[in-house]
Amino acid sequence: MRTAIALLSGGDRETWMTILTSLRFSFWSTLLSVIPGVPLGAGLFLARFRGKRAVVAMLNATMAVPTVVVGLFVYSFISRSGPLGGLNLMFAPAGVILGQTMLAFPLVMAMSYTGLQKLDPRYAETLLTLGAGPWHRIIAIIREGRYIVVQAVLAAFGRVTGEVGVSMMLGGNIRWYTRTMTTTIALDASKGEFERAVSLGIVLLATALAINFMSHLAVRNVR
Amino acid sequence: MAACLIKEPGSTGGRGNPTASRPARKAGHWKGETMYLNPRRTFVRTVAICAILLVSAAQGFALGGKEATAPAKRPTPANPRLRLATTTSTENSGLLAYLLPFFTDDTGYTVDVVAVGTGAALKLGENADADVVLVHARAQEDAFMAAGHGAERRDVMYNDFIIVGPKSDPAGLSHSTSSVDAFARLAAGVAPFISRGDKSGTNTKELDIWKAAKITPNGSWYKEAGQGMEQVLMMADGLQGYTLTDRGTWIAVKDKTSLVISYEGEAGLFNPYGVITVAPSKNPAINAVGAKAFLDWITSKRGQDLIANYKMGGQTLFFPSYKP
Repeated sequence: MRTAIALLSGGDRETWMTILTSLRFSFWSTLLSVIPGVPLGAGLFLARFRGKRAVVAMLNATMAVPTVVVGLFVYSFISRSGPLGGLNLMFAPAGVILGQTMLAFPLVMAMSYTGLQKLDPRYAETLLTLGAGPWHRIIAIIREGRYIVVQAVLAAFGRVTGEVGVSMMLGGNIRWYTRTMTTTIALDASKGEFERAVSLGIVLLATALAINFMSHLAVRNVR
Repeated sequence: MAACLIKEPGSTGGRGNPTASRPARKAGHWKGETMYLNPRRTFVRTVAICAILLVSAAQGFALGGKEATAPAKRPTPANPRLRLATTTSTENSGLLAYLLPFFTDDTGYTVDVVAVGTGAALKLGENADADVVLVHARAQEDAFMAAGHGAERRDVMYNDFIIVGPKSDPAGLSHSTSSVDAFARLAAGVAPFISRGDKSGTNTKELDIWKAAKITPNGSWYKEAGQGMEQVLMMADGLQGYTLTDRGTWIAVKDKTSLVISYEGEAGLFNPYGVITVAPSKNPAINAVGAKAFLDWITSKRGQDLIANYKMGGQTLFFPSYKP
């Protein structure tokens, strides 16, 4: 435990590099999943169409897909022998970010959808009676429920920071390049070297706590 | 954005100039509404923005992290990133961590190491997801070349396989006369045997010995781990069982276990490593120039000398074997 803290406070370059790589991947994948995910979730919330319940059920189901399945799916696409092979995404940061985006996107969309249901239903109705167009309504409802967006962002960030399947499968756990906190922990623990694993575990725990704390603050706005 | 409440139906909240109206409004309930004002929201936003800024700041750090110590006179190849798929033994033994900085200094290539079993490494080569492979299963390597997946293959180095197990040696392996005899003793099932179970070079060797012994290993004593060599050694230690390992990984890991060598020294346990460049015709994205540079470098006098010089606890882990 003492060595674990020493690794962090002493500025061990590899440990910090791993932490920063993790945060960098999570930052981009969160951003890329929130930009389409929130408006699509809001759109789904406002839209009325046949089979909406089926779409919502499917969306909720995709949230539960294991990370390794998402990894496997993306793997088959971005392998150099796959359809997107020319982009050279495999075993590179962009590949991990793509996989994590696929992981976070359904979560963001579903959280936006369910979160907006907590708003006063009159709000959406009013927008409709005022004759707002679909884009206008989506933008207005997101503005109204921005705490939901904050929550979705935090949840997505938490999910991708804590996942190991996608990072391992698509990143290849390459030192100084695609090695993240979780893949390092998996590697170190299996090698029986627990010092760095513990220090990264502390960072992950702190990240999760911070996310939960912020998410809690955001939720306090809803009654 | 502190103003977020629906004051009257139809209003879109503080859309016009939210900050201007902030001092006038205080937190409180509005009867019949689902939401109420909360100054904490501003706090949340500030925290969120701070978090985003922090992570953005980390971008530059993470990108520039490694090259800080790069020497000035290093060559700069056109495509400086090279992907090496290799066995877990070269990584777990620390050989690559020792060797690759020299290669990078000499040639300017950064090597991305993907450490998997030999079978998986060759599969990565076959799918063109690696530029060069460093593996140890001669029959699989020859099949790889015959199928046209490889451009060039060279011998690099060797060591040998050994059987390690608990000090008390419950299966009596110290009395075995050959590797086949040793495996026959293991098949009695008095102690667990941990198999790599991952089509790696070590796993291939193990299956060959079972075949030679005319034994189909099964039963609760035979455990297929599906993990790297170092992990399997840790498992064997935890279960107080036996396993087959390459000597390089063993020397690097043995101090972390209570295991000892149970059987060694048979000529049939020879463990040669080969380097293969992936055929550039498979995919235009393959770094063929870099792969060739790696193959040339690791079989050059400098590369071979460095391999011979790599020692742990005074013991050589790999012996260079390239003959032009």
